[in-house]
Amino acid sequence: MGSRGNGSESDVMIAIRGLRIGFDELKVLRGIDLEVRRGETLCVLGGSGCGKSVMLKCIAGLYTPDAGEIRIEGENIVGMSERDLVDVRKKIGFVFQNSALFDSLTVFENVAYPVREHRKIADEALARIVAERLALVGLEGTEEKYPAELSGGMRKRVAFARAVASDPAIVLYDEPTTGLDPQNARRIDLLIRELQAMLGVTGIVVTHDISSAFAVADHLALMVEGRIGVHGTPDEFRSSAEPTVREFLSARPVPPAEPAQSGGAT
Amino acid sequence: MTALQGALRMMTDASRRFLSDIGGLTYLCVETAAAALKPPLQIRETIRQMDEIGTKSLSIVSITALFTGMVLALQTAVGLTRFGAKLYVGSIVSMAMVRELGPTLTAVILAGRVGAGITAELGSMAVTEQVDALRSIGASPVQKLVVPRVLACILVLPALTVLADALGIFGGMVIGTSELHVNWHFYLRTVRDTLVIQDVMSGIGKSPFFGFIIGTIACYNGLSTRGGTQGVGRATTKTVVSASIAILVSDFFLTKLFLLL
Repeated sequence: MGSRGNGSESDVMIAIRGLRIGFDELKVLRGIDLEVRRGETLCVLGGSGCGKSVMLKCIAGLYTPDAGEIRIEGENIVGMSERDLVDVRKKIGFVFQNSALFDSLTVFENVAYPVREHRKIADEALARIVAERLALVGLEGTEEKYPAELSGGMRKRVAFARAVASDPAIVLYDEPTTGLDPQNARRIDLLIRELQAMLGVTGIVVTHDISSAFAVADHLALMVEGRIGVHGTPDEFRSSAEPTVREFLSARPVPPAEPAQSGGAT
Repeated sequence: MTALQGALRMMTDASRRFLSDIGGLTYLCVETAAAALKPPLQIRETIRQMDEIGTKSLSIVSITALFTGMVLALQTAVGLTRFGAKLYVGSIVSMAMVRELGPTLTAVILAGRVGAGITAELGSMAVTEQVDALRSIGASPVQKLVVPRVLACILVLPALTVLADALGIFGGMVIGTSELHVNWHFYLRTVRDTLVIQDVMSGIGKSPFFGFIIGTIACYNGLSTRGGTQGVGRATTKTVVSASIAILVSDFFLTKLFLLL
């Protein structure tokens, strides 16, 4: 396992080398090495609090790593100024664990936010984009509602619409199915696959929901103690004899635990 | 020995936290100043915040100022009748309100109402990852959230202070005429004769600084909130306490400064 197809350099969308980060005394990531190719969906599995979400936030430039490099389309983003990071973030859509919709804004304004932020656009064209994105997630006609008026599953889908509103090349999903009932969770899995197929986005899904991981992933990675322990296709994972993989797969469903570190992320 | 070590450790931890807060706050001030001058200006959001911070504070500021003016008149009456000088009530009330109580009381009241509100709002946004979401979209939380709120505080406080001054003097007049039997014409004339433009300016001149203090401390504590809803509560309390203290301490130095000018 761990061997990947010999794609050319330009096929690699995200390349992470020796990524380390800690909060106070706690070392969360201890040298992550990971590669994601253009158009594929990688699922990062791991127990709660193992640093999956922290890794995702490093990729979006929300946390500054202590060491290592993160290359997005060949460009190292570690050590970039906040101003340069803005251009990187335009390529990235982020679906947060608790949706993180702006609750003072309507659904329309939420989905329109990244579009407005990145370019000047006529009201009609904007309305069309928002309607299109909401249709994609099956929430037509909810434009004027506020996030507080929606159910958890609907909020999550609005978060999806917002994440892909400005046509990002990469979408990062932080525990997309956590806190949803099984039916809504499967719907989200389907949506991730659809977004990948229709928009051609490269995705990283961080989750501890094993059935979701197998449903959406082209490749899986298992994070153990701040490192990528095992990396392979879903089939390779299923037939793996690696003790950490067997342990993780047999322990389903993994109960969500309260994050302990100060960063508040799992 | 261990108790001593524990106490020492607590003190170093507390001072480290204090210094890191001061550093963070200074950094935020610099960032805010830079972002405020950078287009696009957040005019619509600033006006919305002025409404939120200013218009909705009108009643609380009015009641505070009115009753402070009234109690000032009452207290000076008790003191002044001993010297047979109760006719000076207009001078004393207006001087105290305009130079000191109008700006300072308004600021302390707003540190409670507005400071707590801003910290709770931004704190909830921080713990529900909305601030991260804003950054992940490529927007700057300082430009989108901090600048409009700090600007609104700076602009709104002088206006509320003028209102507080006027209502305080009016409150003094109500008590002056009803309790002390001072003719209202006479009361207003003593006010006019006593107050000079420097009194008014030194009072109102302090209020934008107070607005800046409230806005930046509230935003800093809000954005640095950690630890869920409990954290929001802690951050809110911290804002009210530290903003009130900062206002009262800086009031002394600002007054001294205006006296030198």
